[in-house]
Amino acid sequence: MTGVMQKCSKVFLQAAVLNRPISIAYLCTVSPKDQYEQMVKKNKVVVFMKGVPEQPMCGFSNAVVQIFRMHGVTNYDAHNVLADESIRQGIKEFTNWPTIPQIFIGGEFVGGCDILLQMHKNGELIEELQKVGIQSALLEQEKKEE
Amino acid sequence: EVEDLSDGCGAKISVIVVSKQFEGKPLLQRHRLVNSVLEEELKSIHAFSQKTLTPEQWEKLKNQPSESS
Repeated sequence: MTGVMQKCSKVFLQAAVLNRPISIAYLCTVSPKDQYEQMVKKNKVVVFMKGVPEQPMCGFSNAVVQIFRMHGVTNYDAHNVLADESIRQGIKEFTNWPTIPQIFIGGEFVGGCDILLQMHKNGELIEELQKVGIQSALLEQEKKEE
Repeated sequence: EVEDLSDGCGAKISVIVVSKQFEGKPLLQRHRLVNSVLEEELKSIHAFSQKTLTPEQWEKLKNQPSESS
């Protein structure tokens, strides 16, 4: 009985996260691929990481959090793969990418920490953020310096 | 031509890969190329980071006194 209760509360929690009413029957028929499609499109910036932005649990995940902080991007969806082993495995299969963290901008897979870091250094990240309507804080800084 | 300079401490591997095949390819594609080559190894590597450069980029990097942040 408790198992069913736990599953129910998980469904309601997922429903809250996905922001739509989901019946248990529907959840059973949603394919993992669709599930992740929905997750990565739910916000302009979605990150799968180890730990949470307030407390990253790995150097690479921390780097991602710091980079976004520098750009003033703070209200992104962050999924803690350490809290859910099925997500940890599932996201790797979804993107066919072997490592965590994984970053999505505008629903598109961008890459891992290395790629984000390079994009941050060469200005590409500012462009990608602009494409989804996010004004990077670094642009504001540049304007002030001029 | 692929040049692999890797230094790792335990299960953490960092790799610089230089290849002509990277020319004209966006970062994600380059990294996926490397990932597919290292598919077997990546199963047992715990932490992996990579830099992918074309021969031209590699030469530029070598000639830079220090990397600007």
